[in-house]
Amino acid sequence: MTETVASPRTQQDSTLEHSKIRVSADEVAAYDHSGRQPVLLGFFIAVVWLLVGTVLGDISSFKFDRPDLLSEQAYLTFGRIRPAHLNVMVYGWASTAMFSISLWLMPRLCRTRLRWATAATAGILIWTLGLAVGTVLLIAGYSDGLEWLELDGQWADPLLVAGAALVGASIWRTLAARRVHHLYVSVWYVAASYPWFLIIFIAGNLPIYQGVESAAVNWFYAHNALGLWLTTINLGLIYYLLPKIIGRPIYSYWLSLVGFWGLALFYALNGMHHLIGGPLPSWMIATSITASIMMIIPVVAVGINQHMTVVGRFGAMRYSPALTLAVIAAMSYTAVSLQGILTALVSVNRITHFTHWTIAHSHLGLYMFVTLSLFGGMYYILPRVLKKEWPSTRLVRAHILLVGGGMILYVVALGIGGVLQGLSLLAPSEGFEVSVTSTRPWLLMRSVAAVIISAGHIVFAYHAYLLAFTHRGSLTRQPPFFELKPVLVKKRAP
Amino acid sequence: MTRLLVLIMGAMATVIFALVVLVILPKSMLSQLQAPPQLKPPSEQELAGRSLYISNGCIYCHTQQVRDPSFTADISKGLGSRPSVPEDYIHDKPHLLGTMRTGPDLFNVGARLPDRNWHLLHLYQPRALVPWSIMPAFPFLFRHKPKADPGDKVLEVPKPFAPGNGVVVVSEEAEALVDYLISLRHDYPAPSNEDQKEVQP
Repeated sequence: MTETVASPRTQQDSTLEHSKIRVSADEVAAYDHSGRQPVLLGFFIAVVWLLVGTVLGDISSFKFDRPDLLSEQAYLTFGRIRPAHLNVMVYGWASTAMFSISLWLMPRLCRTRLRWATAATAGILIWTLGLAVGTVLLIAGYSDGLEWLELDGQWADPLLVAGAALVGASIWRTLAARRVHHLYVSVWYVAASYPWFLIIFIAGNLPIYQGVESAAVNWFYAHNALGLWLTTINLGLIYYLLPKIIGRPIYSYWLSLVGFWGLALFYALNGMHHLIGGPLPSWMIATSITASIMMIIPVVAVGINQHMTVVGRFGAMRYSPALTLAVIAAMSYTAVSLQGILTALVSVNRITHFTHWTIAHSHLGLYMFVTLSLFGGMYYILPRVLKKEWPSTRLVRAHILLVGGGMILYVVALGIGGVLQGLSLLAPSEGFEVSVTSTRPWLLMRSVAAVIISAGHIVFAYHAYLLAFTHRGSLTRQPPFFELKPVLVKKRAP
Repeated sequence: MTRLLVLIMGAMATVIFALVVLVILPKSMLSQLQAPPQLKPPSEQELAGRSLYISNGCIYCHTQQVRDPSFTADISKGLGSRPSVPEDYIHDKPHLLGTMRTGPDLFNVGARLPDRNWHLLHLYQPRALVPWSIMPAFPFLFRHKPKADPGDKVLEVPKPFAPGNGVVVVSEEAEALVDYLISLRHDYPAPSNEDQKEVQP
């Protein structure tokens, strides 16, 4: 580890105007080039998994409307397709894209080329193999039985651990070779995520738990997979994109610190709020409810910090799909966290627990925050690694409108359906039938939303294909946004 | 921050603290739990059924827990006579508490619905018994045959749901799953409060 001498310039360093950081375009291009192989591989695999997961999600959704759809074969039953959707989206789409994003961010933020790039490539391939094996086994009926931890403990999990460890090794080796004094806030999030993920994933998969402690470990893992893995890398990405695209520094170094350490401390204790009212020792659930409420500190700190960074420059969103998506994702992070805090309160939880409200909440988090942030990252990163611009502003616009609009419909419909379901489950005079029939129209609306979102994914995958495998965009020799071309509006801004 | 050591040590400290509070500490406290005498360890057949419950993902729509009546309607809706306690789950590996009630809770389904044939038909085609149900049918747990062989258990399927020709024969898997479902009954009184206090710090 190359520790340089600490200086009191810490705060100034992190709030430096970008124009004052003298990095030549060639130098940055060299950093981008150093991770080209694993970054492109990861994004390619992620988009393939995105399409697979979309099909699985659609089938799961349609089965609520037509329960006898595709029920003849065991491998198409809802109870296998639904967990396959979750695992493919979390470990295939999101995590693989996050590998690429981390591997692209680190050289830039450490101002050195990516180290151990081959190990990272191998890690991504091993991870993908592990997930493919695990998903096939899951569909074939071999599940470990714990939500978020279904993948086979013997054949899939060791490969996933090895894959993430190899990528993490490349991240930390690059960090150790850094040529900057100060660690930018994105580095904290990205670098810490890898050891965090490995610890929680291994702890969650140990086959030593029984009874209610198995439930405790299950939700310790599942909530932290969100909090200390999916959330952190995407917050790191958003912390990079917002100031970079707008061209001014992060609003406050201290709010960044509060946001990071507050999240690390409180998020890790949140898991038991998935078991409110359940048969666990009540002090465990109380601990998690308290920690969930405390999450308001890091969430508000990050929210204010990111908002104040962008405020006054929201107009720039018209020119940059990456900024548009990063801003929506950042707002969704605040929204989903506040919704999560609300849901952890017993008075709300008694209605929403065990209902589709939870599914709406998880999609607000995993989609409106995580997935849109990843799309934003890909819009920003792919042109810089491939050295050509996205070919079509029309496809970008169609993609963002379809997935954004579709997911708003999804979350609103399932949110309403979930509350109706929950109220009916509490109403003393109503039979179980009411909770099913009152939810069905909203489930149908969710299926409509799913189709809209799927269309958006097809548009995105097609556009990424045009960018990567055809020469349509290769005539653009200037860096992206060299010419200010509005992306989301047709007319040039005045 | 400028030091990697601060970052890595701080990050490790928070997650390990959470691991101790929510995993390691409860594990050692809960290890002293005693199984209630009325709770029988599952038979081999019931375990086979349980693994079918897992592999077909029943958990994604069904819970197995009765919550405190002070803030839920679980008991007034007949899901059980008392809230579930850690001792009830002592033989469960992995746990099947569940997080969704798209379908009803199954913690006491064996007491509520003890009829084997009801369960078999319900698994074959839920809508044959519950017209508004959105539960998936599990025809793959049954065999369609032109005619029954000796020793086959034939499932009586009402007209609109029966296959055009031949008979529906119950498989060993369906029998095991039903055995497991019927074994789910926790109608004995909760172990005394003394025992419960032991798992509180």
